[in-house]
Amino acid sequence: MDIFLQQIINGLVVGSIYALIALGYTMVYGIMQLINFAHGEIVMIGAMVTITCINLLIGAGINLPGPLLLLAGLLMAIPVSMLLGFAIERIAYRPLRRAPRLAPLITAIGVSIVLQQAAMLIWGRNYRPFPAILPTEVHDFFGAAITDLQVAIVVLALLLMGGLFFLIERTKLGRAMRATSQNPEVAGLMGVNINTIISMTFMIGSALGAMAGVMVAANYDQAHAYMGSLIGLKAFTAAVLGGIGNLAGAVVGGILLGLIESMCAGYLSSSYKDVFAFVVLIGVLVFRPSGLLGERVADRA
Amino acid sequence: MTIARYSLIAASLLTLAACGKQQEQAAPEASAPPAASAAAAAPAGGEGTTVKIGHAAPLTGNIAHLGKDNEYGVKMAIDEINEAGGADIGGKKVKFELVSEDDQADPKTATTVAQRFVDQKVAGVIGHLNSGTTIPASKIYSDAGIPQISPSATAVAYTAQGFKTAFRVMANDAQQGKVLGEYAVNKLKAKKVAIVDDRTAYGQGLADEFEKAAKAAGANVVKREFTTNQETDFNAILTSIKGAKPDLIFYGGMDAQAAPLKKQAKKLGISAQVMGGDGTQTPELIKLAGADAEGMISSSPGQEKVAMPGGKAFLDKFKAKFGTEVQLYSPYCYDAVKVMVEAMKKAGSTEPAKYLPEISKVELDGVTGHIAFDEKGDIKNGAITLYQVKGGKWEVLDTIGGGAK
Repeated sequence: MDIFLQQIINGLVVGSIYALIALGYTMVYGIMQLINFAHGEIVMIGAMVTITCINLLIGAGINLPGPLLLLAGLLMAIPVSMLLGFAIERIAYRPLRRAPRLAPLITAIGVSIVLQQAAMLIWGRNYRPFPAILPTEVHDFFGAAITDLQVAIVVLALLLMGGLFFLIERTKLGRAMRATSQNPEVAGLMGVNINTIISMTFMIGSALGAMAGVMVAANYDQAHAYMGSLIGLKAFTAAVLGGIGNLAGAVVGGILLGLIESMCAGYLSSSYKDVFAFVVLIGVLVFRPSGLLGERVADRA
Repeated sequence: MTIARYSLIAASLLTLAACGKQQEQAAPEASAPPAASAAAAAPAGGEGTTVKIGHAAPLTGNIAHLGKDNEYGVKMAIDEINEAGGADIGGKKVKFELVSEDDQADPKTATTVAQRFVDQKVAGVIGHLNSGTTIPASKIYSDAGIPQISPSATAVAYTAQGFKTAFRVMANDAQQGKVLGEYAVNKLKAKKVAIVDDRTAYGQGLADEFEKAAKAAGANVVKREFTTNQETDFNAILTSIKGAKPDLIFYGGMDAQAAPLKKQAKKLGISAQVMGGDGTQTPELIKLAGADAEGMISSSPGQEKVAMPGGKAFLDKFKAKFGTEVQLYSPYCYDAVKVMVEAMKKAGSTEPAKYLPEISKVELDGVTGHIAFDEKGDIKNGAITLYQVKGGKWEVLDTIGGGAK
C-alpha cells in the first residue's frame, strides 16, 4: 500500500510539472495554432539561469536561507525567460504569422536547436548540479516518503494554475486573450492590440515554463543543456492528451501523464517508461484527436 | 583564387581516386601495400612526416566531460612525442596529428565517424569511449585494417568478435562485474540485491556480469530494473525496488544517472548500499550528488589514479597543461597512444598493415601499469580497484587482481 501511495506521489509531482509546461504549449496553440517547440528550451534556460544566479550569490558570500536564495534565482530567471519568449515570438514567429502553418512549425524546431546550442556555449555540456540549499529531510506520509520540496512543487504548481485561470477568465487581459484566440481579425477590429496580446501570451507561458524548469532542476538536483527536449516533448504529449488549446485540459493531461508514467514504470516495466508516455500520445491522436477535454480543436484542425 | 579552386578540384579528384582504389582492394584486405603506402603518403607534406591518429569520444552530450578528458589524454601523449621532435620510426622522425571526432555516444554517429577516419586514412584510432559506440565502429576499422585501441570500452563483446584490429588497455566487464558481484556478497554481506541498468552495451553488460557473480556467490536478485542513459527520474523504479527491500542496489551505467539515482534513493528513505562500475567512479558523481554521494561504492579498472606507476606525475602534468582534473580515462588514452607508437617503432613503419601484428607483442610499462595483450586483444591481468565516497572524496577500499608489474 505504501508503495502504491509512493508511486502516486511520484506521479503527482512530475505530473504537476508537466502540467505547468503544458500550459505554455496550450496557451500559444490556443491563440496562434502554433506548436511552440522552443518552449522546452525555455524551461531549460529558466533552470540554468536560476542555478547560475544562486551560485553567484553563494559565491559572493551572501548567506541567505535556502528558500530565499531560490526566490532570488527565480526572480532573475523569470524575467530572462519572459524576455526570451517575447524575443522568440517577435523574431521567429511574427514574420511568419501569415505563412502556411508548416513554416512556423519548422522555425520552432530551428529555434529550439539554436537555444539548445546557445545554452551549451554558455553553460557548457556538463550536468549542472543544483546547489544544495534546500532542506532534504524526508517526511513519512502514511508509509510513503515525501520531502518539503515535493509538497512545495505541487502546491506552487496548483497556485500558479489557479492564478492563470483567474487571469484568463476574470481580467481584461484574459478577455482580450480569449477574444484573440476566437478570431484574431475581429478582435483586432474591436480594438484589441493583437501583437501585444500574443507577446503577453508568450511571456506568461515562458514565466510558467521557467518556474517549471526550476522545479525540475530542484527535484532532480541537476540541469543540463539537453533537458528541455524530452521534458518539452512530454509536456506537449500532456497538452495533446488533455486537448491542446484547452487550459483545463493541459492541467488534467499533465497530471494524468505523470501518474500513467509512474504507475507503468512501477508496476509494468521500467524499461518502457518513456514509451508509455508516447504510446499515450499515439493513442490519443488515433482515438480522440481532440484530447480528453478539447472540442475546439476538431473543427480548427 | 583560380589556383585555390584548381587545387580543390585536384584534391577532390584524388580523394575520389583513393576511394575507388580502396574499394577495389576491399576483398584481399590487409597486407595491401598500395593502399597502405597511400595512407602514409597522404598526410605527408614537404617537411618531415606527419601521421594522423584518430580519436573518437562523445564531445557533446551528457558525458562530454569524459569525452573531453579522453581527448586531452590522447593530446598529451601526441604533444609530448611531437615536442620531443617526433618518434623514431623506420629511421625517420615521425610527428603525429590528432584528428578528434565527436561520436555523441551514439552507435549510429560512431559508424559515421569511423568511416570518416577510414576515408581520412588515419594510421590508427584511439577510441571509442563507450562500449556501445566502440563495438559497431570496430567492424569498420577491422574491414579497413586500421588498428583500434579503446581506452575505456569494457564490454566483453568488443574483443570477442574476433577482429585482429581491436585492442583495449582496460580490464573488461566480465572481470569487473565478477569482482563487484563477489565483493558485494562476500565482503558487504549483501543477501538480496536489486540491479538497475541503462540498457547500453556497457551498462547492461556490466549488470549481467554482476548478476552472474552475485548469484554464484549466493545472493538473491530480488529486482532487475531498466532505465535509459538520458533519464534523471528514478523515483518510480526506486519505489518498486524499495518494496523488495534489497541490501544492495547495483547500477550499471554512467555517473550522470548514478548521481540522481543515489540522491533519489536517499529521499525515498532507502538505506540499501548503492554500488556501480567504472562509469560512476568520477569526481562528477560527487559534484552532482553532493552530500548524498556519501557511501557510494564504485569500481574502476586499473589502479587508483595516484597509485598508478606514473600516476602522480601524470596528474600533475595534466593539470598544468589543461588546467583541469583528470576525470577518468585520460591516463588510459595516454597509454593507448604510447602502445600504438611503440608498435610502429618496432615495425619501423606507420602503415597499419605493417605495425598491426606488432601491437599484440607490445610490452610496455605505461602510466596505468604494465600493458600486454592476450590473444583476443584484451589487457592481461588488469587490476580492478574498489572505491567508496567518504567525506566527499573517493577513497580506496580494495584493489583486486592486477599486481601488474
